[in-house]
Amino acid sequence: MQTGQLLLILAAMIVTAFIMGRHRALQVAQPLGGIRHLRSLPFYYAMRSAIWCALPALTVLVAWLVFDQTLIRIMVLDSLPAELQPVDGTARNLILSQIGNVASGALPADFVDAAVANAAGRLNQLQSISAMAMAVVVIVLAMLGGAWAWLRVSARMPAREQVERVLLVVFMLCAVLAVVTTVGIVFSVLFESIRFFGQVPITDFLFGLNWSPQMALRADQVASEGAFGAVPLFAGTLLISAIALIVAVPVGLMSAIYLAEYAHSKVRSFAKPALEVLAGVPTVVYGFFAALTVAPFIRDVGQSLGLSVASESALAAGLVMGIMLIPFVSSLSDDVITAVPRAMRDASLGLGATRSETIKKVIFPAALPGIMGGILLAASRAIGETMIVVMAAGLAANLTANPLQAVTTITVQIVTLLTGDQEFDSAKTLAAFALGLMLFITTLLMNVVALHIVKKYREQYE
Amino acid sequence: MSVTTEQVRKTLARRYRAEKRFKAYGICAISIGLLALLLLFTDIIGKGYRAFYEYSVALQITFDPETLEIDDPRDLEQLQYGNYEAVVREALQARFPGVEGREDKRALAALVSTAAGYLLRDMLENSPELLGQTHTLWLQLDDDADMFLKTSEAKRKMARLSDQQQAWMVELEQSNEVRAGFNHSLFTRGDSREPEQAGILGAILGSLFTMLVTLALSFPIGVAAAVYLEEFAPKNRFTDFIEVNINNLAAVPSIIFGLLGLAVFIGLFGMPRSVPLVGGLVLTLMTLPTIIISSRAAIKAVPPSIRQAAMGLGASKMQVVLQFVLPLALPGMLTGGIIGMAQALGETAPLLMIGMVAFIVELPTGAMDAATVLPVQVFLWASSPEQSFVTMTSAAIMVLMTFLITMNTLAVVMRKRLERRW
Repeated sequence: MQTGQLLLILAAMIVTAFIMGRHRALQVAQPLGGIRHLRSLPFYYAMRSAIWCALPALTVLVAWLVFDQTLIRIMVLDSLPAELQPVDGTARNLILSQIGNVASGALPADFVDAAVANAAGRLNQLQSISAMAMAVVVIVLAMLGGAWAWLRVSARMPAREQVERVLLVVFMLCAVLAVVTTVGIVFSVLFESIRFFGQVPITDFLFGLNWSPQMALRADQVASEGAFGAVPLFAGTLLISAIALIVAVPVGLMSAIYLAEYAHSKVRSFAKPALEVLAGVPTVVYGFFAALTVAPFIRDVGQSLGLSVASESALAAGLVMGIMLIPFVSSLSDDVITAVPRAMRDASLGLGATRSETIKKVIFPAALPGIMGGILLAASRAIGETMIVVMAAGLAANLTANPLQAVTTITVQIVTLLTGDQEFDSAKTLAAFALGLMLFITTLLMNVVALHIVKKYREQYE
Repeated sequence: MSVTTEQVRKTLARRYRAEKRFKAYGICAISIGLLALLLLFTDIIGKGYRAFYEYSVALQITFDPETLEIDDPRDLEQLQYGNYEAVVREALQARFPGVEGREDKRALAALVSTAAGYLLRDMLENSPELLGQTHTLWLQLDDDADMFLKTSEAKRKMARLSDQQQAWMVELEQSNEVRAGFNHSLFTRGDSREPEQAGILGAILGSLFTMLVTLALSFPIGVAAAVYLEEFAPKNRFTDFIEVNINNLAAVPSIIFGLLGLAVFIGLFGMPRSVPLVGGLVLTLMTLPTIIISSRAAIKAVPPSIRQAAMGLGASKMQVVLQFVLPLALPGMLTGGIIGMAQALGETAPLLMIGMVAFIVELPTGAMDAATVLPVQVFLWASSPEQSFVTMTSAAIMVLMTFLITMNTLAVVMRKRLERRW
């Protein structure tokens, strides 16, 4: 049975439980003289029945869906004879995909080992057993839950309190999901990174100057050993981010100041949404713009000046990333500038200072912590930005400070190492997770500091 | 006049100049931002508008049974393997009788898209009586020939056609045997290696299924989390920790969420690659912080007097929240939800990690079919070398931007219309 059909059946059962629970509550109330003799409104009895019907069944369903494939795989592998037992992860994935292909009919059974064909049969059999068993268990659980709740309806039962308690727990679990996500991120990158550092020493990774993750497939191949020195990536990321910030910070900050302090309300009502449109442009569009318009333009200009400019120069990616960050910096600065109390501004103007003097000597120093926080957030964004650099920056890991040359970044390497069908075990794939760990730690630190500064600053004037 | 006044007067001109300069910097900054916006849009539209129309050529097509190798058009097997390309080839050679030699004939045949054959097959399948008849049909041109007609006279030398092919195209153009029409395949087909047959419908459907999963999960979960944190959570360390977590997740690079999806959903749970379901799950985790933060702001904006009034009438805390606070906060929450969805719709990087970059021709029919999404389609096409794919990419971007701008405008309008000021 399909999971979708099962869900539909379950939904119908929940609705039935709701209606029956309500009906039962009304029935119980009738000899007592109306629903005012019930402890809760009939709606809550109905909700209670529905919850009893839904919660256990849904919990089992989700757990089943999450774990059944893994369990089935283990059982299928166990059924293989000893000589076919995979020795490492790669062989395991290979044989599993072979069994899967035979089972789905994509690969004819007589093309493979008889044991594999048997395993494929077993896979199909286990999967149909699992699907049937899941349907039966879920439906029986829903029926039992609904029946239990139906039987227990009585006038003195605190149905509302129970329903509210369940809802509260559900709400809390939703909030806790944020923590679960963070934990999930930390563990998923940490786990693979630890495996990576088992193969490549962490000092080589952090301080090595040579990055060429191509591993030789055979021992006799000429290809390099694979060097995982990440310094060129860190340098490239810093270079592009620095270019982006050099563009975005002055322009964003000055726009915010102008819009907040000088601009006529008509200009403001036009320019502000226009800048916000810039913020809503997907990064892949900026990447396209950088790769097909800005980079060739910079190369042509450079050539006409007699400079040698790489067609994937850091400058092009950095410039476009800067444009992307303008609205981000400007809206964060706008927030802090308008948060500076009116009285400080008026006092300065009242003493005869011009507007620009007020801004430079009073507002700017007062808003500085908030602005610094905003810049930090922008920097963390620049470091983690992916699509622009994937499309417009290079792949070669050059260690250079020349913005006209091609550099590569952490995010570019993560994408190139992980796109395509890779196995989880090669040092190449694991390196992507190690880079992800570095990226996560860096941006996390910057965000924590930035958010702390911004929060502190806000409290100061509230 | 005092000494101080005198001093101030002396410096006044300089100070006013500084004031003007400062103001000019501000105007400069704004102009740079607006100019960048203008440049971006004109560049995309200038590159992309040509993908919305396409050229076709009028040819005298004879459904000749011998050339087609079909004697009974009702036999599906024969229809399937009919030699339609030969019919098109013959029609072209009839139009340009002087063409001799293998190479030249092949160059001539290359002008018409391979999709023409499918068109003929469909026509024959729908009306079998066509067999043996001759009709003038408008057939789709190949992308290089199409591109040639779309470029202006001056730039035509750069086209990817040989001089001979260019001459043929010019002849066809001057005798009005080519015409431009709306590019239907752009909106009715999935991806293809042939630019003139590629479309964005597959990507749009993929985006739709991904967004449905994201919306169905992130909005209820986000609102529930916001309600808990704003109304029920006790002030303690754990609540603070949750809050710090949410704020940080909002600023975590999106590619990290892709790594999470790859390691957990695909690696640990064994879900398939490239499917909208996994994409939706990853984007849910990514947009949750945005939705929680905006929902909390909306709940906070509901005045406490409403809560107090409801409680005074005997409602429980949960009843107050569900029956009074939530309905009043809903417009603000929806606004936040739409903005979160727009953010998810434009996102590319995490989806690359979970394998939604595959080349997929079939249109997806559900959240468990392998699919790609609109921004990823843009990324895929942007790396294709053909000139036609550049225009297609720009066209896909225009469609994507239309969706995004509509969603954001909707959010702004809703905020203005529905949000109540207390």
